[in-house]
Amino acid sequence: MTVASPNDFQDSLQPQGWLRYFSFSLDHKVIGLQYLVTGFLFYFIGGAMAGVIRAELASPISDFVSRETYNEVLTLHGTVMIFLWIVPVVNGGFGNYLIPFYVGARDMAFPRLNAVAFWMIPPAGILLIGSYFITGAAQSGWTAYPPLSLTTPALGQVVWIVSVLLLGGSSIFGGINFIATVLKLRRPGLKLMQLPMYCWAMLGTSILVVLSTPVLAGTLLLLSFDIVAHTGFFNPALGGNVVVYQHLFWFYSHPAVYIMVLPAFGLVSEILPIHARKPLFGYTTMVYSIMAIVVLGLVVWAHHMFTSGTPPWMRLFFTIATSFIAVPTGIKFFNWLATLWGGKLALNSAMLFSCAFIVNFVFGGITGVALAQVPFDIHVHDTYFVVGHFHYIVYGGTVFVIFASIYHWYPKFTGRLLNEDLGRLHFLLTFVGFNLCFAPQHWLGLNGMPRRVAEYDPSFTTLNQISSVGALLMAISSLPFLYNVLVSAFRGQVAGDNPWNALTPEWLTSSPPPVENWIGEAPLVEHPYGYGVDEETLSLEAATGKDLWSGAGRR
Amino acid sequence: MTSLATSTSAAEAVTAEAHEGHADLRLFGLATFLVADGMTFAGFFAAYLTFRAVNPLPAGSTYELELLLPSINTLLLLVSSYTFHRSGRHLLLGQMGPCRAWLLLTAGLGAAFLAGQMVEYFTLPFGLTDNLFASTFYALTGFHGLHVTLGVICILLVWFQTRNGGRVTSAAPFGLEAAELYWHFVDGIWVVLYGILYLL
Repeated sequence: MTVASPNDFQDSLQPQGWLRYFSFSLDHKVIGLQYLVTGFLFYFIGGAMAGVIRAELASPISDFVSRETYNEVLTLHGTVMIFLWIVPVVNGGFGNYLIPFYVGARDMAFPRLNAVAFWMIPPAGILLIGSYFITGAAQSGWTAYPPLSLTTPALGQVVWIVSVLLLGGSSIFGGINFIATVLKLRRPGLKLMQLPMYCWAMLGTSILVVLSTPVLAGTLLLLSFDIVAHTGFFNPALGGNVVVYQHLFWFYSHPAVYIMVLPAFGLVSEILPIHARKPLFGYTTMVYSIMAIVVLGLVVWAHHMFTSGTPPWMRLFFTIATSFIAVPTGIKFFNWLATLWGGKLALNSAMLFSCAFIVNFVFGGITGVALAQVPFDIHVHDTYFVVGHFHYIVYGGTVFVIFASIYHWYPKFTGRLLNEDLGRLHFLLTFVGFNLCFAPQHWLGLNGMPRRVAEYDPSFTTLNQISSVGALLMAISSLPFLYNVLVSAFRGQVAGDNPWNALTPEWLTSSPPPVENWIGEAPLVEHPYGYGVDEETLSLEAATGKDLWSGAGRR
Repeated sequence: MTSLATSTSAAEAVTAEAHEGHADLRLFGLATFLVADGMTFAGFFAAYLTFRAVNPLPAGSTYELELLLPSINTLLLLVSSYTFHRSGRHLLLGQMGPCRAWLLLTAGLGAAFLAGQMVEYFTLPFGLTDNLFASTFYALTGFHGLHVTLGVICILLVWFQTRNGGRVTSAAPFGLEAAELYWHFVDGIWVVLYGILYLL
């Protein structure tokens, strides 16, 4: 009651209505949507770059763009998609929107830090993409391995480093906020083991962010010294060591895969029980598998470096540790299948994308286990097999979950449903296009087509053209999606507060939710997955949203 | 004018209902950030130790460093951690005079450390790009020195805020506690750095 002054200040100076999405807003829901929309803008930019790459690779000779441009485009494609699309959207976007609801709080632990973290992203993105038009972009791939990154044009590389440092800082600030919010901001009476699974996923992800991102930042600082001040940390000509760069880089960039995928695991664990009308199977094992993935994820980085002269003991250790990750990941997959088993499945767009995620990710996971084995890895290292595997993980895995989440939470964001027919069309085009694009790349890699090269042996032409057609389908698939998202905001069917009859806390308030999330006290949701469970066994007294899901609502 | 009026009433509506305050999490947040910052140093240390194990120095170069000045510097930082601790205890007891005196002494010790570091830089027989060890030495000590500089500035800010009517009081000690946590962290990093860079 006496803490009114900051709110007064904020409310009187902050713009209202749609303008607040362009402001330094401290509302976690506004910041979450800022992340989401910004992320989608960069997704379409990065997608256009993928289009350039696939157009170039439609023929075996370098004819569509110059070789330098091709290198710039593939560098920017990787950097934009990882640092400006997937990481900000699955962490910053959905995390900021959902986590305060899930812990029963009115906002994140540090709202100002939260806004700062978001507003570091647009400048970094403009810097990165602007470098292509002004100075020429970096050409050394998103890994920026020296000595390549020391010999390609320096200015673009330095801009790339500055941009990635900004994005890493944003990510660390976000991680600190999520850790404090999940651990310290829970509503009184809410226990850790009662949290929706996405909270656990974000806690694990944020631990990885806080522990590994700073190492990348330090490494890139040293790399910038090598470029600007001509030190020799990673320059063999000056007595430096390139393998040290690779170790430090992958100490971040392997956990980065989990930073991109663990939140998706969390989101899909929220979506499946609601649309299958069954409790999430194996909650406790899910929690422990997330934490096991966090621990193992920090000690497997050198499996990216089996051809970098790694000694035998290192190969052995990292092969075994990497193979172990399949165990907790497998547990999660069987839990999801068991959640679906015997459920009343609603095969709507959210569910279709979620199920496709399971299929795609299992395939990407299997090729991942294969890649962890040294003899196989040495055969396909730096070939299109790795490109195919990686895209099955991040596109077939995470991006499919992002789309599922948009269909699932759009009614919460806007109060209106997305059109289901357009959604199914979007799903069909994406699923077919995605598999057409990336499945052939495994064959190409096994037969020796190297990645990151604009030209290839003419015998690979047919499969590359199939892959490019798949990419075209993926590009077309974004049209019904865009139309759906833009038009449904104004003309979509009104959703009501809880269109899915869900039990998780974000649905126990109005859609879209009011400032500070709830009128009155936050509900105490002890059974976020209590579907199909006898109503008497659930303690519902403290839940203010009881009328939303009791009686007829609980089918 | 209209928007101002509606927003004021919205603010009243928010404050009219029971506003849930929560515990002050700023120190927790800072500690998490320091874990991240510590990982940056850990990355540098790992790089340095690997360089040292794998990459031989060119002929004529040596890992040997003059020990007297850095040892005095180490002592200065350790003492400064103690003086900061004393300052914090006086603040909690409400004794602002001694609190501010110990604070100023801490800042002085930090500044003396930086001066010593500068003297060392100017007397060293190697420059930034001479060899891999020289580059790593300057990167590590420079990055740490940046932290010390930031710390001294923070201490002076806290010193200013402990004046009569300032924001840091025994009832609201966050500014000083945060600076103190940060300062202990920077000292701890130096002890590791001193061990592997000078003694090893």
